[in-house]
Amino acid sequence: MSSLSRDEVARVAGLARIDLTSAELDRLAGELDVIVESVARVSEIATPDVPATSHPLPLSNVFRTDVPVAPVDRDAVLASAPAAQDGKFLVPQILGEDS
Amino acid sequence: MSAALVDLVDYDEAVARFDPVIGIEVHVELGTATKMFDGAPAGFGEEPNTSVTPVSLGLPGALPVVNERAVEYAIRIGLALNCSIAESCRFARKNYFYPDVPKNFQTSQYDEPIAYDGYVDVELEDGTVFRVDIERAHMEEDAGKNTHVGGSTGRIHGAEYSLVDYNRAGIPLVEIVTRPILGAGERAPEVARAYVQTLRDLFRALEVSEARMERGNVRADVNVSLRDTPESPLGTRTETKNVNSFRSVERAVRYEISRQAAVLDAGGSVTQETRHWHEDTGTTTAGRVKSDAEDYRYFPEPDLAPIVPDRAWIEEIRAALPELPAARRRRLQGEWGYADAEMRDVVNAGAVELIEATVAAGASPAAARKWWMGELARTAKQQEVELGDLPITPAQIAALQSLVDSGRINDKLARQVLEGVLAGEGEPEAVVVARGLEVVSDDGPLLEAIDAALASQPDAADKIRSGNLGPVGAIIGAVMKATRGQADAGRVRELVLERTQG
Repeated sequence: MSSLSRDEVARVAGLARIDLTSAELDRLAGELDVIVESVARVSEIATPDVPATSHPLPLSNVFRTDVPVAPVDRDAVLASAPAAQDGKFLVPQILGEDS
Repeated sequence: MSAALVDLVDYDEAVARFDPVIGIEVHVELGTATKMFDGAPAGFGEEPNTSVTPVSLGLPGALPVVNERAVEYAIRIGLALNCSIAESCRFARKNYFYPDVPKNFQTSQYDEPIAYDGYVDVELEDGTVFRVDIERAHMEEDAGKNTHVGGSTGRIHGAEYSLVDYNRAGIPLVEIVTRPILGAGERAPEVARAYVQTLRDLFRALEVSEARMERGNVRADVNVSLRDTPESPLGTRTETKNVNSFRSVERAVRYEISRQAAVLDAGGSVTQETRHWHEDTGTTTAGRVKSDAEDYRYFPEPDLAPIVPDRAWIEEIRAALPELPAARRRRLQGEWGYADAEMRDVVNAGAVELIEATVAAGASPAAARKWWMGELARTAKQQEVELGDLPITPAQIAALQSLVDSGRINDKLARQVLEGVLAGEGEPEAVVVARGLEVVSDDGPLLEAIDAALASQPDAADKIRSGNLGPVGAIIGAVMKATRGQADAGRVRELVLERTQG
């Protein structure tokens, strides 16, 4: 029984900007399904009174005081960018409209 | 853009036939010294990409740590908006690809905002109070700034490439989301404006942000929908993004009401979409249609521990909240003895702080109001600047008034002194001296001027001598003119009478 369809995998890959070939989609649909089903079994053990956790350590309120640190050197940063102009990162034309 | 071709229904007609419902999302940049998740300086106006660190650039391996002060500010805002503060809350990743978000996700809060279920009372210009329910206030980080280069319009369409500055990326934001605002009717645009203004004033009073609209410290997204009657289900809404002045908020809501009414009138249906606001034309145009790209695949941020605000800390923050703007206005009105309408005018003119400081510097509340709401308000209007941006301080106004109170200058001279101060000639005292504006208190020159006036108007002089005091005003006027306003009109009158009746 497969609960994760090939189309769903294609859609998620699209959202994540991962270009998959048709063969890869076929293979991943099967593999991901195994993973999803395995993880789903956790919910058989976790009863509703077990809160969902997003963090492996029993930590909360890890804070930093509001004190500035030295910024990194701009020239060094821009030197590792594919392209730069006027002290800014140069990126290709943005197609989707937003700002 | 083909904005001019869009059909619009006259606003009054639109609100007569439809019931508008609005919702507003306000983002405020917090005035912390550092960014939300690391110690990069959170400045304004720095050279591009000079306030960046590995975390704000999203470099591999960089790990975020929450700024405690930003959490405190968010709690302050939540408490001031009468919200509950979460027992525990988490950050989440909002995933999308856009160059101004270097990590390919924005760290935000999703299903666990730090503050929720509140309200704020908004006062409209005529004094009507409208309660706006707050759904939530959550913490997140700002994005960098894109500059689109090439093409003809400077907007994204047609741009050849974009330049990105990450100084703003990671600056702490609090986003405040209203519940649908119902029942505002034809006053919906006004309510929207007053709400954003109320929040701006609140941010300043709370000292969590400089809250300067023109710098984009406060940004609003306005949702508008129409329904047939207040009993009908909610209509389809549009969201107009980045409306960044009070006036624009009002105009954008008005425009959307007229536009949507036209769409519905023509038998069409409103498309649920993001729209862009155009300040120059006062119109909106369609942006993205909600689609796949809107699937943000939120999930809890694994690199940040949950925030469990200590209850004692919350109470400490609550106890330290400053007097909020509405309460403060009521208190000041009582202290100053202003009538409701007078106080409203002062509030609407943005003169509360200025008058408060002027009174603190020694002027009477009545005198402070007279200057700020009279001569100075007129000057500000003429020069199209805010009252507070005039080059004059409350202390200078108090000093000016004290010169009037001591009799050294009269009201008319005071206006010339004011003019001098505004022109950068120095303190009121210095202007009086430099321009020679003191009231002439020596009777000698006054009598000379009176004799000259009586001589040049023999008919008036005769009438006065025969007991008809009607023309006294004309003589006083001539004397004031001759002394360039530097005479005390009361004293001149006394002397004229002595001269003619004696």
